[in-house]
Amino acid sequence: MNKIRTIIRKEWAEVFKNRMVLFTVAFMPLILTAIPLVILAVTGGMSSGSELDTNLSELPDQFSSFCPADLNPMECMQVYLVSQFMLMFMIMPLVIPVTIAAYSIVGEKTTRSLEPLLATPITTLELLVGKSLSAVIPAIVATDIAFGVFAAGAWIIVRDKMLLTALLDARWLIAVLIVGPLMAMSAVCVSVMVSSRVNDPRVAEQVSMVVILPLMAVFFGQLAGLITVSRQFVLIIALGLIFVDAGLFYAAERLFQREAILTRWK
Amino acid sequence: MRISRAPNSVKPMIHTENLSKKFKDLQAVDRLSLDVREGEVFGFLGPNGAGKTTTVRMLTSLIGPTSGTAVVNGFTVGKQDTDIRRSVGILTETPGMYDNLSAEYNLRIYAELYEVKDVAGQVEKYLRMLGLWERRFDEAGAFSKGMKQKLAIARALLHEPRLLFLDEPTSALDPESAHLVRDFIAELRTEGRTIFLCTHNLDEADRLCDRIGVFKSRLLVVDTPSNLRASVFGRKVVFHLRQTGEALASAVRALPFVREVKAIDNKLLVNVDDPETRNPDIIRALVGAGADVQFVGELRHSLEEVYLQLVKNA
Repeated sequence: MNKIRTIIRKEWAEVFKNRMVLFTVAFMPLILTAIPLVILAVTGGMSSGSELDTNLSELPDQFSSFCPADLNPMECMQVYLVSQFMLMFMIMPLVIPVTIAAYSIVGEKTTRSLEPLLATPITTLELLVGKSLSAVIPAIVATDIAFGVFAAGAWIIVRDKMLLTALLDARWLIAVLIVGPLMAMSAVCVSVMVSSRVNDPRVAEQVSMVVILPLMAVFFGQLAGLITVSRQFVLIIALGLIFVDAGLFYAAERLFQREAILTRWK
Repeated sequence: MRISRAPNSVKPMIHTENLSKKFKDLQAVDRLSLDVREGEVFGFLGPNGAGKTTTVRMLTSLIGPTSGTAVVNGFTVGKQDTDIRRSVGILTETPGMYDNLSAEYNLRIYAELYEVKDVAGQVEKYLRMLGLWERRFDEAGAFSKGMKQKLAIARALLHEPRLLFLDEPTSALDPESAHLVRDFIAELRTEGRTIFLCTHNLDEADRLCDRIGVFKSRLLVVDTPSNLRASVFGRKVVFHLRQTGEALASAVRALPFVREVKAIDNKLLVNVDDPETRNPDIIRALVGAGADVQFVGELRHSLEEVYLQLVKNA
């Protein structure tokens, strides 16, 4: 456990000196938190009724599932719009670990610092766990802080308990607290696999970004009315991710062996 | 192939039996059987791609052998790998420091990973010993190659290993830095540490190593530098005379223990097995034949000549 802690501290001390990593970890959550809050503020200023009321009927059928009976159509509109951003929030636990892991692993490859590290009594599992956690923890913390800021901002803007409850329902909590960390773990495992094959952190980062595609598919599917991101849907995704992560971690762990790193990583 | 084994009374720090490593079709290390004694500096020489680094990696439990066995510091490779890594120090071919971190932090990380009890104390000890204490807060990336190499040596010593693997410790260093590193290795030797030294620098190997192994996928020979010279070229003594001639050469050639005599300018080059015992007899024969002997010396072949001869014949 001490060695894992040492690796995590070392990774953070090193990787956060990189401006690209710092930018990704600090600014992305700011932007992804600010946008839904601005939408809430803008739509909250619109009067209910008139043209919006009539157009609500044109929204997808699944929209009604977002709206408890006691919300007016304008509030329903706010819930719907902001719910789209739940998926955008999920970008954070994907992109932040990819960036950190890419710079952390490929960086060690290019400076050839992995060999002396592997020559210490640390086990490869401890090393992999240390590197993974150093990438996953900032992503989870950034996502949770961003969610906290969003919730506080939503409370200040909305000032309506019913609407706030609808905005921040169980889906958000499951997504942020369960799906987010699981996604971050997938992202790290993919980064480890990609990093074993490339020698440039930027290439590793770009290729690893493939993990964002399923999320984008869900996002556009929801926009197109093909998918409803309901509580059940989020739970199914969480369950599926547990299996995906187990498979990815197994594959990454197989690749992250001393002999493979020293003789096959090019 | 001549392999000198450690006497039974001396505990081998490294013992290998038919240690082999194959990468697909490439036989990188072929049946290496070797003993390295406690407290000796063992030079491991060989051309690029000979399998030296692969051997070091196997002996430090970084990669596993395809076949054969190795016991390092009492621990078996492949079975007690963590114990091996805990008990040996390694200087890899490239320093591999974390350039964005300070020298002190670089060492602190490794001291923790090597489970050193007094992390701060050991880090300070080696930073001071290698003359880096004043620069401890500087990023390693700002260091010269020599300083980085010294930092890497400090890293290898933090946990006070009795056995140290040094892979090309002075390569790419300027003469002054290389001299400092060599002096430090000599100092480590006086502390009784066992050192397994991979090097291309034959002069360095000659000066530092108790024994040398010449390796090219397989072990060609192991012995002390002086025995290697004698075995490859024999021992040659040069007699500087006021005047030489065939008569003097014949007088020496007539001695039963002399293998070969050559007259070059005013010198006689005599190939003899045991010069310490035989030189007085040769001098007596020369004086008896009327020669004026000015001085006598041994012709010393460089280790480079020995090495090139061995690798050429391999």
